[in-house]
Amino acid sequence: MLMNVDLIFKIAAIGIIVAVLNQVLIRAGREEQAMMTTLVGIVVVLMMVINLVSNLFDTVKTMFRLY
Amino acid sequence: MEIFQIVAIAVVATVLSVLIKNQKPEIGIYISLVTGIVVFIFVVAKLQSVIEILNQLANKINIDDIYLSTILKIVGIAYIAEFGAQVCKDAGEGVIASKIEFAGKILIMVMAVPILVSLMDLIINMVP
Repeated sequence: MLMNVDLIFKIAAIGIIVAVLNQVLIRAGREEQAMMTTLVGIVVVLMMVINLVSNLFDTVKTMFRLY
Repeated sequence: MEIFQIVAIAVVATVLSVLIKNQKPEIGIYISLVTGIVVFIFVVAKLQSVIEILNQLANKINIDDIYLSTILKIVGIAYIAEFGAQVCKDAGEGVIASKIEFAGKILIMVMAVPILVSLMDLIINMVP
């Protein structure tokens, strides 16, 4: 159960890393790659979050008998 | 006490969310989403036992199963709709959030129709 709490820190770390990369790439004059970095960061985090969301929906479905 | 853990998680997540949202608002949304789910999964086990007891009570006083399951379904729909609406509102999309709430209300109304019909039957039977 505490494993899920790690996900918050993971997402925060990814956010910080993406923000820093974004700044660096924009300073280096590579706006396209900065944009790509942002996109990849969002997709990676979405992949991690989507499992948890589906878990939540399954839990609510089984608990409240919402088949 | 689990409330301390939950408050600690929420405060830490709030700090992280504020930190990230300055730089990248799109990832800050994920943090609030995950925090909501984590807190719910923390308390969901407790809720399970309460529902179990409600089931036992309903069996004891011979209430029809459809009523309790309808109420549980309504609570579930309300919770999920509220959750989604809060996430959308947090991301600044108040329009989508109000649409989610609207859909939730309609689905709850549809769920409640059988109970309403049985109540109407009862009233009609009582008043000839």
